[in-house]
Amino acid sequence: MSTGTQTEVVMPQMGVSVSEGTITKWLRQPGEPIGRDEPLLEISTDKVDTEVPSPAEGVVAEILVQEGETVEVGTVIARIAPAGAEIAPAPAAPAPEPAAPAEPAPVAAAPVETAPPAAEPAAAPVAATPASPAPAPAEPAPVAAAAGGNGRSFVSPVVARIAAEHGVDPTAVAGTGTGGRVTKKDILAFIESGPAAAPAPAPVAAPPAVAAPTPEPVAEVAPVAAPEPAPAAAAPAAAPPPPVAPSAPPAAPPQPPAPAPAEGEPLLLPGEQLEPMTAMRRGIAEHMRRSLDTSAHVTSAIEVDMSRVVALRKKLKPEYEAAHGVNVTYLAFVARAAVETLKEYPWVNGEIRGDQIVTRGNVNLGFAVELADGKGLIVPVLKNAETLNLLGIAKGVVDIAQRARDKKLLPDEVQGGTFTITNPGGYGTFHGTPVISQPQAAILGTYAVVKRPWVVQDEMGQDVIAIRPIMNLTLTYDHRLVDGALAGRFLRDLREKLESWDEAAY
Amino acid sequence: MPELTYIQAISDALRQEMRRDQRVFVLGEDVGVYGGAFKVTLGFQEEFGPWRVIDTPLSETAIVGGATGAALMGLRPVAEMQFADFISCAWDHLVTVAAKQYFRGRTPVPMVVRLPSGGGFSGGPFHSQNPESSFAHIPGLKIACPATPHDAKGLLASAIEDPNPVLYFEHKHLYRRIKGEVPEERYTIPFGQARVAREGDDVVVVTWGAMVHTAAEAAETLAGEGVETEVLDLRTVIPWDRERVLESVRRCSKVLVLHEDTRTGGFGAEIAATIAEEAFEDLDAPVRRIAAPDTPVPFSPVLEKAFIPQVEDVVTALRELAAY
Repeated sequence: MSTGTQTEVVMPQMGVSVSEGTITKWLRQPGEPIGRDEPLLEISTDKVDTEVPSPAEGVVAEILVQEGETVEVGTVIARIAPAGAEIAPAPAAPAPEPAAPAEPAPVAAAPVETAPPAAEPAAAPVAATPASPAPAPAEPAPVAAAAGGNGRSFVSPVVARIAAEHGVDPTAVAGTGTGGRVTKKDILAFIESGPAAAPAPAPVAAPPAVAAPTPEPVAEVAPVAAPEPAPAAAAPAAAPPPPVAPSAPPAAPPQPPAPAPAEGEPLLLPGEQLEPMTAMRRGIAEHMRRSLDTSAHVTSAIEVDMSRVVALRKKLKPEYEAAHGVNVTYLAFVARAAVETLKEYPWVNGEIRGDQIVTRGNVNLGFAVELADGKGLIVPVLKNAETLNLLGIAKGVVDIAQRARDKKLLPDEVQGGTFTITNPGGYGTFHGTPVISQPQAAILGTYAVVKRPWVVQDEMGQDVIAIRPIMNLTLTYDHRLVDGALAGRFLRDLREKLESWDEAAY
Repeated sequence: MPELTYIQAISDALRQEMRRDQRVFVLGEDVGVYGGAFKVTLGFQEEFGPWRVIDTPLSETAIVGGATGAALMGLRPVAEMQFADFISCAWDHLVTVAAKQYFRGRTPVPMVVRLPSGGGFSGGPFHSQNPESSFAHIPGLKIACPATPHDAKGLLASAIEDPNPVLYFEHKHLYRRIKGEVPEERYTIPFGQARVAREGDDVVVVTWGAMVHTAAEAAETLAGEGVETEVLDLRTVIPWDRERVLESVRRCSKVLVLHEDTRTGGFGAEIAATIAEEAFEDLDAPVRRIAAPDTPVPFSPVLEKAFIPQVEDVVTALRELAAY
């Protein structure tokens, strides 16, 4: 195939402090055409999840880093060939080892390592195990994730020597050591079992048989020293699997790598399943734990009569929608009032830095946003929220929430928050104790607006019971910095602003 | 073949050597009338008389100094330290005189110092040490660390026969705990030849002294899990059987070096370094060391158990090596 003008796709730099990224999903497979700036893959870093556009128009020539793998910024992860270049159409056996980007072999059979998304996992035989809940391409490949350590990439001195003496590629040996590492026993057994009947070039009947997860035949015939790419090496790998294959033997249709049962994974009890932690999940886990270890969390709650806000919203909603296409939510009202209140409570908008207290004149308002798949949370930040009126905040919230769900946030948009609002009330919850987003001092929880019997005073000054829309607000604060009385006053003032909403002021 | 305890084997060997060679004599604190702190020389004074079983003052300097002089003059002294820990008082005579005398004056010093060593019975910091590594660093000294009654006898005979000063570390915890068949007739075991205490091909433990038994017990557990562990008993630390160790490393490719002495600068470090230099390309896992932590030996039984490598520690390390 032509390789002359291929364009390399590298792991992009997603923010100054981000040094590596995890491939979560390839949106195009080798052989598929792609336009410039069309989404090529999705990546996940410790800051954001995002799509990476193709740097060139053409055809995906090869994918060098598999889903679930984490590589440093700048690593070549794929190549795009010019349109019209002939590309090996489809992957063959899903080799469980990571692709070898270091291998400069011109045998561009490498891309075939990836699993064809077309392969229907439902057709997988019993061996696919109940432990793989529909291994859709969106899932990072569990096998690759398991090898995330130095399992498959590290080769012990004795294995390296034996491999060199016998001309064997150690990455082609199925490893039984920790993290799938190839042990001396593994490579000796591999050599002893002989070159397991390397298939003749392009044997049409062969693919099902070859598709066993152990990829020995391919690598065995590709001795390291061969200056010319051994044709036999490329041929079986390049042989396409039956394109239609409804009648393919059920024994081994090409399938996404099934979770490897052994390979240093924790033992599973019957009925249990494994799924790899995404970079985002790991980040959340680390942050939540660190926050609880850092701040002295205390939560105070207050009940707010939202009658005025409900009435206002009813009035403004059609206006805003007609004029600006924005749905103004209760959250926008609360956020606007909170920003206003924070002006008077700089410590609630502050942070402890070392043994100093930091306060600031602006409010960078974070909003906890649940991702569409329900498997993650991100906190985009509305910068300088004190400069926005109700409409501005409503627009900002809709914008960042949508882009968070679409994974289109920029790294800077999830940093620098000074105060956070979380809104689990959408599901009807009326109370919670959220965890502070470090290094902030507090987080505001907003809950469901519920109609409740409420004691109010009539014009005569008599107590009467009325039906009022009530919302609970919680302030979870770092008691190292914010005292209970301060938090109480903050909530009181916030309630006051909401209950006596001054339309002109906001 | 009679079955003897470890301490009986030492006692028998010493008696046998004294009977066959008039030049052999023992000296030490309370070795005569009292029969020695651990009764190794019980009855010796009755048999050999006070001039060959000499009670000395409480002075390790005098004991080793006197033994060195006697050896220079052609005798074969076997000096006893009540505890190996006390040898430091005799450092100068041992290290400056005995170890270097042959190089300095071509006069050999065929002397043996018996050193009851090791912990496991709450002896605390002054009665539990294994200072073999300190002396392994001194050229001119030889060091034996028998693990079995059979080796205890054969190595003591070799030590007495050897023209160099030999430190003979006898492990107190093995004295009456370990029994084994010991030939009645005299025999020697050459220095520098390791013994395969247990055969295996998956992992090799290189050790000596009481840890041989710890390793063997751990190896039994691993055998139940399908991992065959070779236990290599060095028997003598100086000279040590490099070739045998390297052979095992090349075969098993995974090594655990185990000793009861503290870790830093322990002789296990020398073994590990040698393996790294000579057999790097045969390693399938990093060389693993288990040793006591770098503290004095604690009195408290609980702490001492935490200090001395235990069977469970070895089992864990072997599992990790096997799985690496």
